[in-house]
Amino acid sequence: MSTFIIRRLLQAILVMALMSVIVFFGVNVIGDPVHMLVSPEADQAEIEAAIRRLGLDKPIWEQYLLFVKNAMQGDLGKSFIFGEPALKLIFHHMPATLELAFSALFLAVLIGIPLGLFAGLNPDSPISKGIMAGSIFGFSLPTFWVGLMLILVFSVELGWLPSTGRGETRSVLGFETSLATVDGLKHIILPALNLALLKISLAVRLTRAGVREAMGQDYVKFARAKGLSTNRIIFVHVLKNIMIPVVTVMGLELGSLIGFSVVTEKIFAWPGMGKLLIDAILQLDRPVVVAYLMIIVVFFVLINMIVDILYSILDPRVRLQDQGA
Amino acid sequence: MSAVLEVNGLKTHFFTRAGVVKAVDGVDFSVSSGEIMGLVGESGSGKSITGFSILGLIDSPGRIVEGSVKFDGTEIADAREEALKQLRGNRIAMIFQDPMMTLNPVLRIDTQMIEAILAHEKIDRATARERCRDALGLVGIPSPEERLNAYPHQLSGGMRQRVAIAIAFLNRPRLIIADEPTTALDVTIQAQIIHEAQKLTRQTGTAMIWITHDLAVVAGLADRISVMYAGRIVEQGETDDVIDRPRHPYTVGLLGSVPSANKRGQRLYQIEGMTPNMLALPQGCAFAPRCTRASDECKTAPPIQKSGGSRIRCFHPFGEGGRA
Amino acid sequence: MTDMTAAKPAVRVETPFQRFRAEFFESRIATAALIVFSSIVVLALLAPWITPQNPYDLGQVDVLDGRLPPGSEAFAGYTMWLGSDGSGRDLYSAILYGLRISLSVGVASGIIALAIGMMIGLIAAYMGGRIEAVIMRLVDLQLSFPASLVALMLVAILGKGVDKIILALVVAQWAYYARTVRGTALVERRKEYVEAAQCLGLSQTQVVFRHILPNCLAPLIVVGTVQTAHAISLEATLSFLGVGLPQTQPSLGVLIANGFEYLLSGRYWISVFPGLALLTTVMSINLVGDHLRDVLNPRLKK
Repeated sequence: MSTFIIRRLLQAILVMALMSVIVFFGVNVIGDPVHMLVSPEADQAEIEAAIRRLGLDKPIWEQYLLFVKNAMQGDLGKSFIFGEPALKLIFHHMPATLELAFSALFLAVLIGIPLGLFAGLNPDSPISKGIMAGSIFGFSLPTFWVGLMLILVFSVELGWLPSTGRGETRSVLGFETSLATVDGLKHIILPALNLALLKISLAVRLTRAGVREAMGQDYVKFARAKGLSTNRIIFVHVLKNIMIPVVTVMGLELGSLIGFSVVTEKIFAWPGMGKLLIDAILQLDRPVVVAYLMIIVVFFVLINMIVDILYSILDPRVRLQDQGA
Repeated sequence: MSAVLEVNGLKTHFFTRAGVVKAVDGVDFSVSSGEIMGLVGESGSGKSITGFSILGLIDSPGRIVEGSVKFDGTEIADAREEALKQLRGNRIAMIFQDPMMTLNPVLRIDTQMIEAILAHEKIDRATARERCRDALGLVGIPSPEERLNAYPHQLSGGMRQRVAIAIAFLNRPRLIIADEPTTALDVTIQAQIIHEAQKLTRQTGTAMIWITHDLAVVAGLADRISVMYAGRIVEQGETDDVIDRPRHPYTVGLLGSVPSANKRGQRLYQIEGMTPNMLALPQGCAFAPRCTRASDECKTAPPIQKSGGSRIRCFHPFGEGGRA
Repeated sequence: MTDMTAAKPAVRVETPFQRFRAEFFESRIATAALIVFSSIVVLALLAPWITPQNPYDLGQVDVLDGRLPPGSEAFAGYTMWLGSDGSGRDLYSAILYGLRISLSVGVASGIIALAIGMMIGLIAAYMGGRIEAVIMRLVDLQLSFPASLVALMLVAILGKGVDKIILALVVAQWAYYARTVRGTALVERRKEYVEAAQCLGLSQTQVVFRHILPNCLAPLIVVGTVQTAHAISLEATLSFLGVGLPQTQPSLGVLIANGFEYLLSGRYWISVFPGLALLTTVMSINLVGDHLRDVLNPRLKK
């Protein structure tokens, strides 16, 4: 097990080094931030002072080495706009995004798996066909447009739920969260549902496909030949098998939820790091973009690793291979 | 001997997009306590579907359209699912072909054995587990206590099939349907498994239907043999009669194509033609297009007739010793 | 018994394509979706001839017509059945013109990504060894990030514009095709007919193009339809976020974004109608693709 983790860590470091090169050089090709940051009336001396202050006068590879050296010390540069360390800004916005992503994942699992299970067990029922049509609908609906429609219906027309912001938050275990207050919960329903929509569809399809495949397997037929109750066959024999791919994929989707929250946060003015990113891109605030992307890479690497470990716990066949290695 | 199972005129058809597949089309046989009946046929002849039909395990688009299945005198062909569940794994058990696929890969052996007992009896887990351990010992599995804690993939194919057999015998069933239980195994292991199964049936008085495509396997194992072709039983009789004095041309062909020591150097017999398309079966005798003895008469379905000790469906059976 | 005397019908012999066609049109939903999608394509192609206004021609756009609700009459005299947007464009015209852009961007990026992904996948499957390992590592690495995020990163780097967004979508999607082709090619390569073809002395390229590639077509078509729908949706998302297409090339995403600011004041139509057009397009492609998957997937065959 430990060699497995060490190997994964080495891979993770390699991935992050590669991504830091791509991200840094890529981002530094965007226009000239000097023009964005220094007022048009500024004279040459002021511009040069700004360039020096931001380290933009050095060759790009030197900027990169400086970036890596600083990154090692947890310094990913200062925001051009806010004048604050980029990492601090991102960490400040992170809890809001994580809260949103986890709520969406929770909704996806809570709604998607039971629906998928039903559709997989009764493939010919009209309800199942409705569920599957709904899941294609969910796949096809562009997230951002659904967000607009949710606002239109529930905020503008019905006036039931607020459309912007995070609402009242309360500190739980050191984290500010809106899940602990009624006002906060009201604020998170629409964005979480919006973000979850695609993943609900995914969970439905994944579960249904898994159930359909498992139901055709000999071990299910053998279980039926043993005279087991339908509940036992479904909830022990089938579910335990399909939970392996479902947990794996849904776990990996957490990364995509964090990444995709950019769209939802923009629409609902949710003060998370996704909104921070999109504002930074539009304002060419490079350090924030770079820091965000590096943080996202770390997230993905971590999530991948955790899911791998989870997978080996769930699937007895993988465990054996690891002992043998 | 009273019959444990009596099957009469059983028809199981599959209603597919391309047409109706008459997988089982009028099958009769019976099995008595302690008796082993070999059900022999090529793949697609309907022998496995016959086995599943008895247990009511036919999934859509297939269903039993006609016929009777009497178990211990009770009709079960049209029984409700709940009643069938009481029988399955309890009074009638089944062993499948591929031991790699029949055990659930993510559940431990003990889980899969104990649940088979608890589905039919209200006893505590410890007692059930003890019975499972004894059952594993009975089928010749060394150190059964350790095996109980193993996952299927940690056991060899032969071991897994022994586990499946142990599961089948757990609740002391009256009847076991074994669907090609040795086909996926090495020849040496195959012999051990056959020995194990034979011993257990004799000891417990269980009736057994042994489904296989291999006449050589049932020749040494079964008391009686039924030969199936395209959904129908074409020849049925005592093993000695069927093996030594086959009547139906198909049985003769099957036996001729089994290599054996006393036929060394001779050309092996081969049945002409292809296995029939189940969607477009010829009229009358389905074997006629491949049969060397077929005549115009064979365009109508031959009735069942007695010939020697056997019952056959043929207008032109072979006489004694498989000769014309 | 009647079936004994009745003549047996001859077994139908169908070519694979005929069977595929029959099975495809068996689903009424998929057939309807195909018809809807074809109509959308035709409408988009015919846009200049069937719309009352060219939304790019500033001479035809009147700011005084701005934000009119559906059914209003434009200054020029025609009826704006779907209303108008903030700068006075007739929404019906703008949507059809927008569809042209959305569809071309989606289809162009889909085709280019397919071509590139297919070549890379075939190279990986055929070269094997180190080259394959490097390529597949790269594919795995990229696929561990969602395509939307990859595309967002790229447009952040590249900036706005049709060419740039196509490039971003291609980079974000090639890996899906590469993985599909390599997977299928590896399976096909192990099959006996390929060995037989090699024994007959056919060259490597002949084997790949005549035997392996045709067998990769089915999964490629399925992945292609789904990915194209995804590309259209992704472009709209990026444009909505303001990092995709510029205002001068108003795709559906740009139109929806323009309507966002009016949404809270109840002028729903500016965002809703372009959104419905986008939804219908993406959904019809997905429905076709979904049914194609069922028809072409041998594992689900009975």
